[in-house]
Amino acid sequence: MADKSRRAFMGNVLAGVAGVGAVASLYAMKKTWDPLPSVVSAGFTTVDMTQLEAGKLEVIKWRGKPVFLLKHSADVKKDPARDVVIGNESYTVVIGLCTHLGCIPSWQNDKQIFHCACHGGTYDVHAKNTFGPPPRPLDIPPFAIKGTSLTLGEEGPEYKKMAQA
Amino acid sequence: MAKLEKANSVGEWLDQRLATTKLTKVMMTEYWIPKDINFLWAMGVVLMVTFKLLIISGIFLLMYYKPDVNMAFDSVNFTIMQDVAYGWLFRHIHGVAASVVFLVMYIHMFTGIYYGSYKRGREMIWISGMLLFVLFSAEAFSGYMLPWGQMSYWAAYVITNIFGGIPFIGDELVVWIRGNFYVSDATLTRFFMLHVFLVPLAIIGAIALHFYALRIPHVNNQKGEEIDFEEEANKYKAGNKKRSKVIPFWPVFLSKDIFVLSAFLIFFFYLVFYHYNFAMDPVNFDPADGLKTPAHIYPEWYFLWSYEVLRGFFFDIAGIKAADLGLIAFGIAQVVFMLMPWLDRSPTVAPANQRPYFRVWFWLMLVVLIVLTVYGKLPPTGTNAWIGFYASIAFLLLFVALPFLTAKEAKVGGK
Repeated sequence: MADKSRRAFMGNVLAGVAGVGAVASLYAMKKTWDPLPSVVSAGFTTVDMTQLEAGKLEVIKWRGKPVFLLKHSADVKKDPARDVVIGNESYTVVIGLCTHLGCIPSWQNDKQIFHCACHGGTYDVHAKNTFGPPPRPLDIPPFAIKGTSLTLGEEGPEYKKMAQA
Repeated sequence: MAKLEKANSVGEWLDQRLATTKLTKVMMTEYWIPKDINFLWAMGVVLMVTFKLLIISGIFLLMYYKPDVNMAFDSVNFTIMQDVAYGWLFRHIHGVAASVVFLVMYIHMFTGIYYGSYKRGREMIWISGMLLFVLFSAEAFSGYMLPWGQMSYWAAYVITNIFGGIPFIGDELVVWIRGNFYVSDATLTRFFMLHVFLVPLAIIGAIALHFYALRIPHVNNQKGEEIDFEEEANKYKAGNKKRSKVIPFWPVFLSKDIFVLSAFLIFFFYLVFYHYNFAMDPVNFDPADGLKTPAHIYPEWYFLWSYEVLRGFFFDIAGIKAADLGLIAFGIAQVVFMLMPWLDRSPTVAPANQRPYFRVWFWLMLVVLIVLTVYGKLPPTGTNAWIGFYASIAFLLLFVALPFLTAKEAKVGGK
């Protein structure tokens, strides 16, 4: 009897140690597949919005995608559901990939539209689809407003409010 | 160690140490195969040889390929294709074999379905075979990424995105698989590892399991007849080869297999030398560009049927998003064939043409898969989208109907 319980104890110890080792190994393997710290930090891009000129499109790269930054001129009607407002200025901040098939639309300031050359889709100044095949407006990336600058990749309260609406 | 006598030959010396005589018997000369089979039974050996061609050509490509986003495209399209002597040959063998291996796998699979070779003790052969299909799919996908052309990039983008549809963890999972927020260098290098090491290793293991699974229930035959292999083998060994229903794997079965294999290889090398273009998508000769989507993204022909099931659902039904419906249907399509042994409720093992209901099911399934394959390549607009939708529904309904059809057939009494 004593012999039996001793064997059971030995068995349990072996299983326990092996189990801890297996879990630890899996954890290490999982972490090895994670994005590198440099990749994660590159996932957050901060831009100073005061340097933008009204009506002139600025394109920056964020997580491998083009992001459109467009400062509105004074005569553009406000759209609280789509505009990023910093101080008195409002901006269009969107991922610059056509929601139809992912081409990159171009900004035409004279017509105040984004035009996609691939299949003729157009979006207005707030990047809402107005014509052609695009099924929805251009996507708004997660952003956080910090003073006069904007951090892409971080979900600030203004973004969360927009995403909920 | 038993008492060892002096060996009189190298063969005897090895036999004393490795039991080579017995091994040859077990693996070759006394491994019994039914006589009543046709050329479709040669597909296993054809697949084995195609897999070997893939490994050998892969080894030579590996010597010059560079798994780095800045070098991958040029290492394939300039170094291997233009600088390396016969580099083009190994690339075309690798590309054509990757495509043809799926063609033969589908023939192999549908031979099994047609003759009912997945039931009455043969379930593990079927499951290990379907496991191989899944592993080969992973191998094909990871390999397709390596030339780092436009199709490589966007196929990787679309397929990794599919995991984003998994509830709760989807978004994080996609980033984890890619090792970045988008398909990037980290993605290429890890899929390179999967393609040249981990997945082939798993495939070799699964092949061993697949072969071993054949040993107990044995190979099926054209009539689905239950054979007493021991008795028939004794007849054969006693010299009554004519009356025996079985033949040894080597040399009798393999000699016919080698004939089929020869015919296959003529066809294969004809493709390699004169018609390799079908396996080389022109879009993939543009270097990968994460900021420019090709107008149409489509997979290689062997994935078209499941791709069409994925995008067949293009509108919301009962409040469920179209994309989620497609994803669910796609998920089902990936595993449903594995359930064949349990979805078929009839105990009869017989060719489909002798089973009144199953016959209809079999040919309908084949037609649906061909329709899905054809429409998977066409742009999903207008009528095309609707045909894709109905074909996807038909595909799922056929599997829902299978248990009922076969249960009824069992009552009526097949044959």
